[in-house]
Amino acid sequence: MTPTDAPPPSLYAPREPVFPRRVKGYFRTLKWWIMGVTLGIYYITPWLRWDRGPNLPDQAVLIDLSGRRFFFFMIEIWPHEFYFVAGLLIMAGLGLFLFTSALGRVWCGYACPQTVWTDLFILVERWVEGDRNARLRLHRQAWNGEKARKRLMKWAVWLLIAMATGGAWVFYFADAPTLLRGLVTGEAHPVAWAFIAGLTATTFVFGGFMREQICIYACPWPRIQAAMMDEDTITVAYRDWRGEPRGKLQKGAIAPADAHGDCIDCMACVNVCPTGIDIRDGQQLACITCALCIDACDDTMAKIGKPRGLIDYLALTDEVAERAGTAVKPVWKHILRPRTILYTVLWGGVGLGLVAALFLRSDIGLHVTPVRNPTFVTLSDGAIRNTYDLRLLNKHGGAREFAISLTSDAGLALTLEGQAAQTVTVPGNATTMQRIYVVAPAGSRAAGTDRTDLRLWVADLGNTDRIHSDTIFNGKDD
Amino acid sequence: MSRKPTNKPTDPGTTGHIWDGIEELNNPLPRWWLWTFYACILFALIYSVLYPAWPLLSRATPGLLGYSTRDNVAAEIQRFADANGPIRARLEAADLAAIPADPELNQYATSAGAAVFRTWCAQCHGSGAAGVQASGYPNLLDDDWLWGGDIANIHTTIAHGIRNTTDPDARYSEMPKFGELLTPDEIAQVVQHVLAISGQDHDAGLATAGATLFADNCASCHGDAGEGNRDLGAPVLTDAIWLYGGDAVALTDTITNARFGVMPNWNTRLSEADLRAVAVYVHGLGGGE
Repeated sequence: MTPTDAPPPSLYAPREPVFPRRVKGYFRTLKWWIMGVTLGIYYITPWLRWDRGPNLPDQAVLIDLSGRRFFFFMIEIWPHEFYFVAGLLIMAGLGLFLFTSALGRVWCGYACPQTVWTDLFILVERWVEGDRNARLRLHRQAWNGEKARKRLMKWAVWLLIAMATGGAWVFYFADAPTLLRGLVTGEAHPVAWAFIAGLTATTFVFGGFMREQICIYACPWPRIQAAMMDEDTITVAYRDWRGEPRGKLQKGAIAPADAHGDCIDCMACVNVCPTGIDIRDGQQLACITCALCIDACDDTMAKIGKPRGLIDYLALTDEVAERAGTAVKPVWKHILRPRTILYTVLWGGVGLGLVAALFLRSDIGLHVTPVRNPTFVTLSDGAIRNTYDLRLLNKHGGAREFAISLTSDAGLALTLEGQAAQTVTVPGNATTMQRIYVVAPAGSRAAGTDRTDLRLWVADLGNTDRIHSDTIFNGKDD
Repeated sequence: MSRKPTNKPTDPGTTGHIWDGIEELNNPLPRWWLWTFYACILFALIYSVLYPAWPLLSRATPGLLGYSTRDNVAAEIQRFADANGPIRARLEAADLAAIPADPELNQYATSAGAAVFRTWCAQCHGSGAAGVQASGYPNLLDDDWLWGGDIANIHTTIAHGIRNTTDPDARYSEMPKFGELLTPDEIAQVVQHVLAISGQDHDAGLATAGATLFADNCASCHGDAGEGNRDLGAPVLTDAIWLYGGDAVALTDTITNARFGVMPNWNTRLSEADLRAVAVYVHGLGGGE
């Protein structure tokens, strides 16, 4: 044994705390608006009402897991129509591809819940503890009454926001006013409490403490996005040719243009960054392209009388072209590329398909299962009988009476198990199983043929709605 | 290519085991691994005290918590039995013929009956209740019934069985072996007559002679026109359905040697509610009367 005295290198690096400075500007304003709209959508949506008639919920957006229904305004999706959800997810994926290939990580920077809630939490932090320098001081000072008061105050507000976030989530899965009453009186289902608790905890921890670590370590998107971006993608970048070599601005004397670039190394772009990076190092995994560094740098450029845009939205090829002094591609040429056009076409194709499916689908459903054990039964008079199990869907709120009929060119006759007439009443918003018998007379062509085509119809007796399903009749083929 | 030993000064030495010049390093276990290992041992000790663990001759040690998967199953079965208690009581009390008109009772009886059928009846009648064609296991889907096709008759047949000696109320009838009573020529004539009345190709001359033999020997049970007799379980001979086959060969065999299909009585194995449920299920298969 020859143990060494040198300690092994640590495999763990502690987090560098980030204290983003307040910034004003075009993109900050845009982000406030987007935050307001997205949070508004999140909190208000469950409270929108939508009248669907009797016996159906009047909540505009409702995911009814126990009833296995998804309500979205005028659209109602049953489990067998899950392809709508799959289609929406595909559209979301393609949309993300499109935006990333055109504009980089705009989703990360503006609309991702992690970004929006972290922004909100930082707003609270700034309101309670002050701006960057005050927070840095508070962070470094020893615990005392003031620090404890500010921390507790901040955490309390965070916790309230987190609870409101978790609380709003559960309203999407149950009737919101009823559930709120249950939450207030303590009679709500334990599952609701569990979800509120879980989402409160994740919101509180992710927004308050994890922040950029979620983006850098936990989220897969930063690792995938490199495949979506190319040299034409417009993203947040530093005009290296213009800024370098950077140097402090000498007081009272503007440096000669050839001695220093425009960057005065004021660190404004670093200080406002919510993920604590230096954009001047180039594109990097931790950059969520929130564009706050653009606002910060524009502010500095205005103060020292230089044109804005040292840090700006630009493509990699722009930087090269500008450095060489050649013509820069116009923005529309960056955006209109084969891959963005392809993503748009695919996205639109899926979308049009879903819209078409939405309008083509009926609010009656018919699923036919031919009974194949046995395939046919010989009756006393030599007739051949086939049996089919029908599943009838009624998506209306009220009960409806359906007439069942068949069309075929082979003289088949239809009877319903347990029903005198050829009609079935299906309760509102429900399905009914109905067994039917189809008989081919003795000696008829269908009775003696292995397969005969057959079309079953279900018609609403109250109006002209009807749908059909094709199946086959099995005869005794000697 | 040979490799030199890569031992570095930081290596923890070897165990002394050498195979073909390959030495085994004596690396210490990672702490987390070691503590997990100890925790597992502790868990196993506690578990074996609390739960059934150590095998004895007839069963394992019961464990302090008294946990038993068998008891859990029994409790679960009892829970369902309790839940079904009221509707099974209703099923036992109901008028058999009125069950189909009661949607709730009909739904329960059909579902429960389907389970009973798959467990006890499917071996002979098939999982789809189509029987075995021409082999004496009747198809329960069609509209031909030897002993009657209303729920009460089906219930009686299932409860008491057919041609068994264990239940005095069993459906019982026995066709003589006409091979001992008629000559083969006479049997051939009867076969042609039966082919004639069931609308199949036949020899008209033999059939005419067979008609007289039929009237003398068969009509007492099967009826003058072969219309059958449900009181005796005598099948209709004029329809398209044959339990043992309807061609000349099968008919000759049947008349010569007779048939003796049997079914056990189920009243000693199934509860009254199960008997009623399976009767309702069979009645609802498409041929019920």
